[in-house]
Amino acid sequence: MAIEVRLPTVLRAAASGQANVTVEGETIGEILKALADSYPGLGSQVLSSDGSLHRFVNVYLNDDDVRYLDKLDTKVIEGDVVSILPAVAGGSF
Amino acid sequence: MLTISQIYLDQMIAHAIREYPLEACGLISGENDTVKGFYRTRNDAASARIYTVNPLDYLKADRDAEANSVSIIGVMHSHTHSEAYPSPTDVAQAPDPSWHYILVSLKHKDPILRSFTIVDGNIVEESVVRLNC
Repeated sequence: MAIEVRLPTVLRAAASGQANVTVEGETIGEILKALADSYPGLGSQVLSSDGSLHRFVNVYLNDDDVRYLDKLDTKVIEGDVVSILPAVAGGSF
Repeated sequence: MLTISQIYLDQMIAHAIREYPLEACGLISGENDTVKGFYRTRNDAASARIYTVNPLDYLKADRDAEANSVSIIGVMHSHTHSEAYPSPTDVAQAPDPSWHYILVSLKHKDPILRSFTIVDGNIVEESVVRLNC
């Protein structure tokens, strides 16, 4: 099914400047794979070389972090919105 | 250059003081280098030396910004015992070269707020234009 994926500003350049894209998939993993296939520049920024979720990226299914659901195996349904957000961190040392 | 209302500057400094001795963090929304909103976010690291913006707070801020036809354009955080200047950790973890990085230092008697861009590891301070509204 077609699922809307929202992209942060830092990833939009790799998706022709789009803030929202629609890709096909039944799970988060399929959606991210489809996203990487459609926009190759996004792939390495979202998924690690072993296919797992990049540690500096958070993926939300609606209001839930997929790391606390079934990670890449999390199933999606019609009307779900997937949001990709960079980890924002730093410190004084 | 970053243009920002004094109201948001006051909110950032108040947030930094309220969270002391822990580092405070938040996100700014806006367009064309003009700040249109400030969102306080939880520091998941709950530390005096590092911060991690709570991802759900980020998600909510991002949605609210979009509902107001603007975007998240930067992050604010405090340094409780060091200068208002990006640390090596800040530079290494800067997520977006188009963002503004606002630092509030509580090292001195009066809080100091400065803003920077961080592009490919290069730190450039930018002027902060304050609007009295």
